[in-house]
Amino acid sequence: MIVEIGHYALVLALVLALAGGTLPFWGALRGDNRLMAVASTTSVAQFLFVAMSFAALTYAYVVSDFSVQNVVENSHSLKPLLYKISGVWGNHEGSMLLWVLILVLFGALVAVFSENLPLKLKALVLSVQSWISAAFLFFILIASNPFLRLDPAPLQGRDLNPLLQDVGLAIHPPLLYLGYVGCSISFAFAIAALIDGRIDAAWARWVRPWTLTAWCFLTLGIAMGSYWAYYELGWGGWWFWDPVENASFMPWLAATALLHSAIVMEKREALKIWTILLAILTFSLSLLGTFLVRSGVLTSVHAFATDPTRGIFILCILCVFIGGAFSLFAARAGQLSQGGLFAPISREGALVLNNLLLTAACATVLVGTLYPLALEALTGEKISVGAPFFDMTFGPMMVPLLIAVPFGPLLAWKRGDIVAAGQRLLFAFGAAMAVVILGLALMGTPSALALFGVALAVWLMVGALSEIAFRIKLGRVSPAESWRRGAGLPRSAWGTMVAHFGVGVTVLGIVGSTAWNSETIVTLKPGEAVTIGSRTLTMDGFVPISGGTYTGTGVRFTVRQGGNVVATMEPEKRLYTVPNTPTTEAAINTFGFSQLYVSLGDISADGSTVVRVYWKTLIALIWLGALVMTAGGMLSLSDRRLRVGAPKPARRPVAVPAE
Amino acid sequence: MTRKQRRLTLISLAGVVLASAVGLVLFALSDGITFFTSPSDVLAKPPSVDQRVRLGGLVERGSIVKEADGVVRFAVTDGKATVPARYVGILPDLFREGQGVVAEGKVDGSGLFVADTVLAKHDETYMPKEVVDALKKSGEWRPQDGDGPAPQTVQR
Repeated sequence: MIVEIGHYALVLALVLALAGGTLPFWGALRGDNRLMAVASTTSVAQFLFVAMSFAALTYAYVVSDFSVQNVVENSHSLKPLLYKISGVWGNHEGSMLLWVLILVLFGALVAVFSENLPLKLKALVLSVQSWISAAFLFFILIASNPFLRLDPAPLQGRDLNPLLQDVGLAIHPPLLYLGYVGCSISFAFAIAALIDGRIDAAWARWVRPWTLTAWCFLTLGIAMGSYWAYYELGWGGWWFWDPVENASFMPWLAATALLHSAIVMEKREALKIWTILLAILTFSLSLLGTFLVRSGVLTSVHAFATDPTRGIFILCILCVFIGGAFSLFAARAGQLSQGGLFAPISREGALVLNNLLLTAACATVLVGTLYPLALEALTGEKISVGAPFFDMTFGPMMVPLLIAVPFGPLLAWKRGDIVAAGQRLLFAFGAAMAVVILGLALMGTPSALALFGVALAVWLMVGALSEIAFRIKLGRVSPAESWRRGAGLPRSAWGTMVAHFGVGVTVLGIVGSTAWNSETIVTLKPGEAVTIGSRTLTMDGFVPISGGTYTGTGVRFTVRQGGNVVATMEPEKRLYTVPNTPTTEAAINTFGFSQLYVSLGDISADGSTVVRVYWKTLIALIWLGALVMTAGGMLSLSDRRLRVGAPKPARRPVAVPAE
Repeated sequence: MTRKQRRLTLISLAGVVLASAVGLVLFALSDGITFFTSPSDVLAKPPSVDQRVRLGGLVERGSIVKEADGVVRFAVTDGKATVPARYVGILPDLFREGQGVVAEGKVDGSGLFVADTVLAKHDETYMPKEVVDALKKSGEWRPQDGDGPAPQTVQR
């Protein structure tokens, strides 16, 4: 019964989305306030009904209702509760429902928390949002219904893929979707502005918090996915330039560019058309990502059951929204008024450079992702575009960007003084040089690329700090005065500093783990030991393990450094009973920011085991940097500027976790 | 600077960035990509020793030999032709005889495929699309053998 209620709620949500997409839109065109006011109600109601539907599906999973086909295919009654719940979005149908839930959640948040938005703009924004949700609700009901029943119902489910039974995977999709789908808000604002034919600084001020929120979640989601791949797949790699990773990375690059260009628009009313274009582009890339991942065009760990009608359906949605948006853009962009003037060397100029490099880098990733598909479709030739391609294209595009990052915040609006900015960065430059000299002295002849990378990371980190040091006049006035100035700085300035510092941290992690990574493969018997760097791992013996749906063997290692025991590690080989799948669980131990990583190969009958040990220098910084960037984004989000003029204190978007 | 000059500066900056991006992509496309081949292709027209290729097929039954310290020898077959391969490392959990596999690496002078990456299925019911295509090409495609392109249910 509850399952049918969930299905019915979804149908009602579709009807509401159709109403919410047409009535307020009609009202906005005719200037009818009553019709426009409908938008808020339908948006909130859509959210309530989709939430009800999602709750019904979750309920079916929690009580293991095996009369529902979706539950049978992805759950098992012995599975821990957490994975029963995460199983809801561990499959095609459920993940699309989560996608729509988050979409209507954002619509409802706009409806509730944007009371000072002009009624017409709000009505248009919410109509656009309703069109998107109508399209995807229709898709779910027609081609991907999670509420289909099975008769007769089997006694047991087929269980979720063991690789997905993991805490990281339980929260990765919701985070990523909050980011992906959050981009729909800036898209809706862009379309609304194009329809309205009016755009000003206030528009950018409304759009920025939503973009920033989406960006924060996207950053967290990507970092989480990368960390999962690192510890779960057992290869010790953390980024594979897999098309599906790229699908989430492209919207991130575009959203990063959008964040920066929206600043220019908000402060200087310049780059209007470009910002609109970026907003459209960002969501288009999100949709493209959804298509690539969910349609089965790509074979990857993410592709679910492939049903051609689904792929074509999503492709149609993609074409209508992207094509429609770009046609509208082509027709209306010329009518938007030109913005303020600025010299090439200025804050605006620096942000333009940021945008150029980010979008160009995004384009290289797009080419690398789509080229194999296009080539196969056209010539039938199969190729794979992997890390070498991206190292050669994406890497060189990032280097000038990263060098330029510390300059940006130090340049004045309109016309900047690059010499003065350079002087303020002398300390950062000195620090970077000191690291190079220290590296040469300590390590003899390390690779030039590695030294450059570390210097770049130091330059970014110290450069970010230098900007704040300059603004609070650190060392030039009394510490108390600096403190007072620091407290008086807008939160967004601190946010910029923290986020840019985070970029440096991530770069340091990438360089460290790439340049000073050591690994070894040995066959060990209990009692034998292997040495990696200054640490020795002794294999103590086997430990039987068992969990709800698996049994297996753990191998206990004692890690010694200079004769002292510093850690014990226990990688595992598991055998899941349903479906009958073996998996390997790597053991990871963190020393400072570096990690020791142990993975198991075959265990022979005589107890000799193939063991792969990695030492990854500073690797934890990669994800730590992403956390720091997110913290910067959140700090910026709490800036009072984004709340000024709000009738209620709660205007800033609040992220509500998905149910 | 006049408005025109400013605009010109911006446009030329955009031009430089765009041109370098295009240049890098073209350069990388000629060098940084890997072609997919089947065992029949490798025997008919061996790739040069410094060319990276992806080899897809089935792991030949009875061909897996595990040597010391993670060295594994196996053979990849598409039914028509068989290529011996060598890999050092930990094989994926679902690497099994008679099952689909994609190996990435180079063919050395003696015709041995030296793999640096081995990819197997992600779960019980999935076979890499490239392997299915290669088997179809050689006429050895038998989905009823329990290794068909059935739905794959993995997500990350």
